[in-house]
Amino acid sequence: MPSKALAGKARSPLAPPASFRWTRRIILAFLTAFALLPVYVMVSSSLKPLEDVTGKFQWIPSEITVRPYFDIWDTVPLAHYFMNSLIVAGAATVLSVTIAVFSAYAVSRYRFRGKRVFTVTVLSTQMFPGILFLLPLFLIFVNIGNSTGVALYGSRGGLILTYLTFSLPFSIWMLIGYFDSIPKDLDEAAMVDGCGPFGALFRVVVPAAVPGIVAVSVYAFMTAWGEVLFASVMTNDETRTLAVGLQGYATQNDVYWNQIMAASLVVSVPVVAGFLLLQRYLVAGLTAGAVK
Amino acid sequence: MTSTVTPPVQKSGSGADQGGGDARRRRLPRLPDRVRQGGLPYLLLLPAVLLELLVHIVPMVIGIVMSFRELTQFYINNWGKAPWRAFDNYKIAVDFDAPLGEALLHSFYVTCVFTVITVGLSWLFGMAAAVMLQENFRGRGLLRGIFLTPYALPVYAAVITWAFMFQRDNGMINHVLHDQLGLTDEPSFWLIGDNSFIALVVVAVWKSWPFAFLMLMAGLQNIPRELYEAASIDGAGVWQQIRKITLPSLRPVNQVLVLVLFLWTFNDFNTPYVLFGDSAPEAADLISIHIYQSSFVTWNFGTGSAMSVLLLLFLLLVTAVYLVATSRGRKGSGAV
Amino acid sequence: MRRIRAAAVITLATALAAGVTGCGGGTSTDEGGGNDSPKTLTYWASNQGPNIEADKKILTPELKKFEKETGIKVKLEVVPWSDLLTRILAATTSGQGPDVLNIGNTWSASLQATGALLPWDDKNFEAIGGRDRFVDSAVASAGADGQPPAAVPLYSLAYALYYNKQMFADAGIDGPPATWDELVADGKKLSKDGKWALGAEGGNLSNNIHQVFALGQQHGDNFFDASGKPTFTTDGNVAAVKQYVDFMAKDKIIAPGNAEYAQNQSLTDFAKGRTAMVLWQAAASTFASQGMKPEDWGAAPVPVPSGAPGTGKQVNSMVAGINIAVFKNTKNLEGAKKFVKFMTSDAEQKLLNKTYGSIPPVAAAQADPAFAAPDLKVLRDTLANSAAPLPQVPEESQFETAVGTAVKDLWADAASGTPVTTESVKKRLDKAQQQMQQ
Repeated sequence: MPSKALAGKARSPLAPPASFRWTRRIILAFLTAFALLPVYVMVSSSLKPLEDVTGKFQWIPSEITVRPYFDIWDTVPLAHYFMNSLIVAGAATVLSVTIAVFSAYAVSRYRFRGKRVFTVTVLSTQMFPGILFLLPLFLIFVNIGNSTGVALYGSRGGLILTYLTFSLPFSIWMLIGYFDSIPKDLDEAAMVDGCGPFGALFRVVVPAAVPGIVAVSVYAFMTAWGEVLFASVMTNDETRTLAVGLQGYATQNDVYWNQIMAASLVVSVPVVAGFLLLQRYLVAGLTAGAVK
Repeated sequence: MTSTVTPPVQKSGSGADQGGGDARRRRLPRLPDRVRQGGLPYLLLLPAVLLELLVHIVPMVIGIVMSFRELTQFYINNWGKAPWRAFDNYKIAVDFDAPLGEALLHSFYVTCVFTVITVGLSWLFGMAAAVMLQENFRGRGLLRGIFLTPYALPVYAAVITWAFMFQRDNGMINHVLHDQLGLTDEPSFWLIGDNSFIALVVVAVWKSWPFAFLMLMAGLQNIPRELYEAASIDGAGVWQQIRKITLPSLRPVNQVLVLVLFLWTFNDFNTPYVLFGDSAPEAADLISIHIYQSSFVTWNFGTGSAMSVLLLLFLLLVTAVYLVATSRGRKGSGAV
Repeated sequence: MRRIRAAAVITLATALAAGVTGCGGGTSTDEGGGNDSPKTLTYWASNQGPNIEADKKILTPELKKFEKETGIKVKLEVVPWSDLLTRILAATTSGQGPDVLNIGNTWSASLQATGALLPWDDKNFEAIGGRDRFVDSAVASAGADGQPPAAVPLYSLAYALYYNKQMFADAGIDGPPATWDELVADGKKLSKDGKWALGAEGGNLSNNIHQVFALGQQHGDNFFDASGKPTFTTDGNVAAVKQYVDFMAKDKIIAPGNAEYAQNQSLTDFAKGRTAMVLWQAAASTFASQGMKPEDWGAAPVPVPSGAPGTGKQVNSMVAGINIAVFKNTKNLEGAKKFVKFMTSDAEQKLLNKTYGSIPPVAAAQADPAFAAPDLKVLRDTLANSAAPLPQVPEESQFETAVGTAVKDLWADAASGTPVTTESVKKRLDKAQQQMQQ
């Protein structure tokens, strides 16, 4: 399935007419400009001194400075926040995808009572307005902490748990579709060869589903990476994530616009780079998962 | 929790089956299938079920309980003493003649219009980009990367940059529209007044269309090339192929994509919050921000929860109707 | 069968929920304070310095000093303003919070109503050296009238009129205006050639409230009556709000763009010489960081309708500032009080307020010559003679949101050329008041 999806990139049999090519150029130019406009503003503003950033907008900075790129580390503990975000988003992704794989495997391969209740309930949690269960969840974490000593509130663990659950519904749903597209004969053959159900899952289904798993991982990572509301309540100084920490550049009396932009770029570069590297898997992965 | 929930599962179930089980099973006669499978699927679902219970379902139930109590600054320190108010919180929320209910209704209306426009445009942009990039040409990979960039930027950073661009006096948008193109007599406001709705839509579309693009791009790759080949032999041009093959083939992707975009857009909190702060202009008063203001900012968690429950009921209803309608439609078109 | 399973799930969830709500947040009032862990304290500081890292650098040596004196180790967290109230609410709700914390003084009465904070009755005040050490207006801003304060004043501030000396000289104006009529008259001279007389932070709800509160006092009205009922639509309050917005709508001495300002752009405008005046609390360090030299600006008392600032109708500022509070359910009550005593001691008060550019609410520390610099003297005199606390009612947050938004919307009207009339102001305030009564 994945190989077929990649092969699907073959060119159209007919050369497109001029009308199509011109439309394409216009549309693509427009979308490129739309996507990149804020990125350009970020880059150019991050290279301006604060006085220029707060003045009239200029396309070309009249004075270029790399000062903001040094200042950002002193204004807020950016590296610390970055590590927190990386740990939280990374752990949430790994756990979420692992759990989603198990669940999706069960739904895709077994017939059992309550299957529909499970899938429908899990999907419906996507509709819960975060604002409604923020405070109750916080209370639960505090109470678990008080009664068992497991510190969830203020810890990375609590945040990991929260975020992995956020991405779980969509991940399970995607992977069910993906697993369904892998022929059952394959794992049955593996079973005949003496693998148990887990052998079949890890030796046959998971390898065949790598692109789908990568796709889901990227989704889970981005969900955890950008979340603001829960992070602002559930973290403290030690565990604050980037999404919240970036707000530290806007203080009571000053807004360090150039540093906000510089910091945003610095922390985005690794993510965007990783994202682009995974693109190929992502596209192939989504193909089978979503479109089945 | 991670450490307390996952390991028991592995110890009691998966670990035995997977590690020791493999070696053992080769020697031992295999159990009858029915018995082996009996508990297994439940075991596989267990971690997901426990986590969903902990993070979504139970808090949700508590949230519903909250909606029946008077949880203001006088009681939040001791919930046990908060008086039960039965449906009073709901009555306040749906009393559309009084200012609070009227504001909620207005906010609901704004959110509906906002969601329809944002989802529509995101889908349209994503679709256009996916179709235009369907065929291979030089620079396609680069464009794909560019189009995905908005999805990868941290939300706060991206939205605060837009807020920066939308400033009336020093922002980039007015610099272009007013100073350079001379389209307006006076620089316009984008962050207050009626235009704030436009600003909100622009930012929301910018943020969500790459996801639509990604899903649709993936969907397109699954359409068999033979269909296009056959169509072009029959003399169908590119435009016709798009209309006759591409769009119908994307139906299943669209069904889910539109639903997911709808839910995310409707519940979106980050965009309006970063763009406008605690108090959004009336024209852009989205329901999520409105509820936040009615609970956290004004310390009235009971009324806030009641509004959230109403919102949830509405979303459940829309989703159910949507799924029934689109599934029926799909079956119908499949038969044709 | 499916239905039974679903029912089981719901039952389980409800049971869990009942368990959680049963004990949810109850701990604080049941247990009360104690002294179970006498050697540690957690302290949430607010962001007072240029940024959070700077705050840590400023406070850490002081906390070390305290540890040396008492053997109590203080764990510091500087909480950004964007998160502070939400964090406090979550802490109040769950009983899981710091031992000592900073609060904006306008939140005092609201937090007092929750009962989560230690009341500073005479006995507790005795432990930190007595109530008399503090300036009256500052203590009045720490809780509702007639109840023991919910917090102790830590840093005080008041509003002043900052003006650009060069721009005043260029326009041929001798000195800063003392009355609103003078301000408008001067403003008309100053507002020309793309420059404007006055800056405002129209999108900042709190700032809107602070300004219209002082103007309301001058019109002889308050936004709440003695029994705590909202009185937003009295003639005085309507006139106050209209007067403030009219600086843009009628007098045209505020640039229309200010209507959307919420990120302190008005300070930037002032520092860059785009506006000649701004009403602010202790803005010196911001001007410096924006590249404005201290000799280029002056500070004067905020104007009054006539005469000199004083009490009653001569009030020209709210009492702004930060209070320090103790969570009632602290595990180290004695230590927490010791820490408050330390932070409000004369020496720390001088040092910290000097660093932050604020005024000590402790009378003895105020006498330090450092607070007699011309701009700080204005703030100090205002605090001592002509500042009044914002209404100390539990619904203060709702008030800020409702009326702050009403004023914000009126700015938007003024900026877009929609006429701002007594009726339109009254209508907005009436809507705000109705939101309060539910």
